[in-house]
Amino acid sequence: MSLEEYKGVYIFAQQVDNELSNIALELLGKAKDLASSLEEKKVTAVLVGSDVKGLVDQLAEYGADKVIVVDDPELKDYRTEPYAHALASVVNEFKPEILLVGATAIGRDLGPRVSARLHTGLTADCTQLEIGDFPLIAMPGKEQKHNQLLMTRPAFGGNTIATIACPDYRPQMATVRPGVMQKIDPIKGAKAEVIEFNPGFQKNDCYTEILEIVREVSDVADIQDAKILVSGGRGVGSPENFKLLDDLAEVLHGTVSCSRAVVDAGWKPKDLQVGQTGKTVRPQLYFAIGISGAIQHVAGMEESDIIVAINKDPNAPIFDVADYGVVGDLNKILPELTKKIAEALAEKK
Amino acid sequence: MKNVVVCVKQVPDTKGGVKFKPDGTLDRAAMLAIMNPDDKAGLEAALRLKDEYGVKVTVVTMGLPKADAVLREALAMGADEGILVTDRVLGGADTWATSTTLAGALRNLDYDLIITGRQAIDGDTAQVGPQISEHLGLPVISYAEDIKIDGDSVVVKRQFEDRYHMVKAKMPCLVTALSELNEPRYMTPGGIFGAFEKNEDGSDKVIVWGRVDLKDVDDSNIGLKGSPTVIAKASDKVAKGKGETKQFDTPDESVDYILGKLKEKHVI
Repeated sequence: MSLEEYKGVYIFAQQVDNELSNIALELLGKAKDLASSLEEKKVTAVLVGSDVKGLVDQLAEYGADKVIVVDDPELKDYRTEPYAHALASVVNEFKPEILLVGATAIGRDLGPRVSARLHTGLTADCTQLEIGDFPLIAMPGKEQKHNQLLMTRPAFGGNTIATIACPDYRPQMATVRPGVMQKIDPIKGAKAEVIEFNPGFQKNDCYTEILEIVREVSDVADIQDAKILVSGGRGVGSPENFKLLDDLAEVLHGTVSCSRAVVDAGWKPKDLQVGQTGKTVRPQLYFAIGISGAIQHVAGMEESDIIVAINKDPNAPIFDVADYGVVGDLNKILPELTKKIAEALAEKK
Repeated sequence: MKNVVVCVKQVPDTKGGVKFKPDGTLDRAAMLAIMNPDDKAGLEAALRLKDEYGVKVTVVTMGLPKADAVLREALAMGADEGILVTDRVLGGADTWATSTTLAGALRNLDYDLIITGRQAIDGDTAQVGPQISEHLGLPVISYAEDIKIDGDSVVVKRQFEDRYHMVKAKMPCLVTALSELNEPRYMTPGGIFGAFEKNEDGSDKVIVWGRVDLKDVDDSNIGLKGSPTVIAKASDKVAKGKGETKQFDTPDESVDYILGKLKEKHVI
């Protein structure tokens, strides 16, 4: 195959229950940015599902120039095989240079299946993507390729970071951590070129059967959308004591989140967990309260604009990433802090 | 159903803290090597099927010769046989080359069900399981929170962010296990002893396979050379610039300090 045949940045526009997932819009934002450095500036979204054409305009508003729609009743709910067939067929037909997929529970299953089918590389859970040279520095006797996708990802629970390239295979595939890339401000009324494509779906032994779908309804706010997070760790002491954090979050119009230890102890649901095995967040303000700051936690919140830490242990690693750290007793500090912030905000009105 | 094969990986334990060498690179040698937690949950799931249905449990690992240790651990927990795939030419493999290698080993084995962990704590990619399933042409169900057998099918509780699906797949198939699946059993003293005993015919319970033992695997698909992805740059993470940490005598001073900073940054 000739690598030059492959052109354009494509994203897998994940939808669930015929609603676009946030990650689809985030990927479009990043794809726009990448395409601006490439010859082919148009960004293509691949929309896979059943009766999903109604989502095309939203993709256009968030930056898709083209939308390839694979619409088939077999694609109603996510199943690995028909979705992999849909996405791999699109790649074989349209030959994208870059294909981005969300590192979600769907994308982390679909991505590897598709990359194995296409015999290309896949870099998992990327937190940074850019176009550049490979090798980064020209070396005598070795061809330096330009306009390569450089994919950066944390490994080792966030302890190390690696930049990966895929110079000899196409498409260059990456799954991308949700909550990291920025969506663009929607362009109202934007339209995309729509291409309908159906590769045909024939059931085989790889097709699974969904017996039941159980939604685990959550009445908690999505911590990835919060501008202010008040996050608690084991040091908060008890589920009841989270009241102190709830109060602070309330006056700041923020949301409460937590560390893994709190979820493991059964104090808070997993939806609220920040970190490597939880969610990646980047709020404007992040309070780390009674959180020691294990590297796995830090990996999920270090991109926050301002980090304030309160911990009674002066040696807690959280103080290494905090902008403002206070060594002290959260039980004494929080009620007073909440009160004074409420007063300060009231004065401003 | 007669045969369950579990793929496991030996990984450095990051739980007890990560050790760095004086030059700032990761000191793998100083960290304990353990069986990857998701894989261990997968093994436990297989052992429960052994308890219930009397299936044979074979454990496969790819790694350095010292990865023998995780196979012995698996045997001591109750697995029947261990296979260590090790060869210099397999080194430096990315997930593609790892999955083609493991698929080559698995083609030699009888299996109704293959279980892998969802992801390893050193790479966190979650790719090798689904990639193996593709090479072997098997259905895959990732992120299993529960595995049940229903005749010639498996029924798996498949986790998503806000829901789960009960998914049924015809065997043979591949399932990737979450640590949440179960609480792995401990090794028993008798098991530990037995793990190092020879079989009745005098053979070792751990079989070692090299490159030549892999079935239907092309040289262009293994090791560093067979890896589509290449590392452009690797570094230990640069910690974010340290801010300031204060210790005051009274809570009031702490409160005023935080309040002052929030005002300074126009948060309030």
